[in-house]
Amino acid sequence: MNGEPFAPAVSARDRAEAALRVLLPIAVLALGIIAWELVVRLQGIPPYVLPGPVLVFQTLLADWGLLSGSLMVTLITTLQGFVLAVVGGVALAVLFNQSRLIEYSFYPYAVILQVTPVVAIAPLLLIWLPQEAAVLACAWIVAFFPVLANTTLGLNSVDHNLADLFRLYGASRLQVLMRLKLPAALPYILGGLKIAGGLSLIGAVVAEMAASSAGAGSGLAYRIMESGYRLNIPRMFAALVLLSVAGIVIYFLLAWFSHVMLRRWHESAVMREA
Amino acid sequence: MAVAQSQTGGDVAVSLKGVTKTFATGVTALDRFDLALKPGEFVSLLGPSGCGKSTALRLIAGLMEPTRGSAISPGIRPGGARGQIGFVFQEPTLMPWATVAANVRLPLSLRRRDGVDVDTRVAAALDQVGLDGFAHAYPCELSGGMKMRVSIARALVTEPALLLMDEPFAALDEVTRFKLNDDLLGLWRAVKRTVVFVTHSVFESVYLSERIVVMTSRPGRVFTELKIDAPYPRDDRFRTSADYAALCRRVSDALADATARAGGA
Repeated sequence: MNGEPFAPAVSARDRAEAALRVLLPIAVLALGIIAWELVVRLQGIPPYVLPGPVLVFQTLLADWGLLSGSLMVTLITTLQGFVLAVVGGVALAVLFNQSRLIEYSFYPYAVILQVTPVVAIAPLLLIWLPQEAAVLACAWIVAFFPVLANTTLGLNSVDHNLADLFRLYGASRLQVLMRLKLPAALPYILGGLKIAGGLSLIGAVVAEMAASSAGAGSGLAYRIMESGYRLNIPRMFAALVLLSVAGIVIYFLLAWFSHVMLRRWHESAVMREA
Repeated sequence: MAVAQSQTGGDVAVSLKGVTKTFATGVTALDRFDLALKPGEFVSLLGPSGCGKSTALRLIAGLMEPTRGSAISPGIRPGGARGQIGFVFQEPTLMPWATVAANVRLPLSLRRRDGVDVDTRVAAALDQVGLDGFAHAYPCELSGGMKMRVSIARALVTEPALLLMDEPFAALDEVTRFKLNDDLLGLWRAVKRTVVFVTHSVFESVYLSERIVVMTSRPGRVFTELKIDAPYPRDDRFRTSADYAALCRRVSDALADATARAGGA
């Protein structure tokens, strides 16, 4: 029995381990970039085939005005799609959880919406909807399902004895939902959020690409397509780098958020003494 | 803290008469099961696993309906206020996302009774189980025994007339179990609420109860009832006495007979 509430004791070894986890990927990145630059220089590869990292970085700085504007357009679409996906996914899961009939009626269509490739739906949406709305709809479609599926799983994962306890004390449906089911589902919902963040970016990019083939748009994906047509490969790479960085930042923000929400009580986030 | 048992009314706190419970799977958990408890009694249901002890407890709690027969308890008395029952499960069954204090407060906050000083009650309940310093800790920061204490505090916070305990200490080590047994007896003697204690441990049932109901398994029936008339307070001296050993032998024999009757298990 370890009766005392523990204080997280960070040993020197743990700290070294943590440092390695940060330093090693950075070292690999640095080596990769150096190798890339060397290959481009030594082989004399022309920039319209493969620009070196230095040129890509210079282009990023030179075109920052144009690219940062596009980045904002894509990020805003992503954020809107993400928020709608979270709100819609959680709300739909709660609705399904409250009524079996509604769940049986509509869940299959949520699955169908998910398994139909968004690339194939995008052109249709672009015909039906104004371009911005169509892009947003795509971001939403790909992002909402993981939230729905995870939240549904979480709402159904309530400890049966705890549910009995709520019944014993005469809890109302609303109390059971707010004070038992949703908190119990929180780790699952947050897991869904982590997936949905990346997917809403993907959805936005796919839809922007479909839109750009119609000659419309201003997001990063549109810049990538446009640069491709103009054989401005360094700018294409610069836009690609921005997209990757955006995706990474989104992931880490959500992972951090999840950790903050769960660190006091959930197994996944609670620090244990080794 | 002394108002609890007066509300049960009459001489019967719990009454199961000819109760049969058959599940949808076709399994009959209880068959013509009779049980009657006077207010303030401490009774153990003793039997091998699968003998329907837990089913009986859930019927008393009103969490299940009997298939046949009648069940009366503060949990299902028509018009009776809920919260007359405290239930302690085999697992601590705490909300991991809530602090110890919030877990203990749960039964009160779900029912919003006027004129109840919730904070005082919660503090008193935590004090009773010896956890007054841990109100703001989270369950994952506590040991198994401490979690079980929180679970008991939560069951006591409504000052229930009837306390139902479903093998609450089965998963704990012996030292912790003995300590919690003693504390439970202390709590029971301070406020004589009715206790139904489910266990598969002969020693635990003899140590705690006034009366032991030995059950057969599949389907669960009352095999025999044994009165344990050793005086309270019971303590370590009782636990090591010859009387205790003799009582355990008697109960153990009864349990062996019950298991043999059911075709061995």
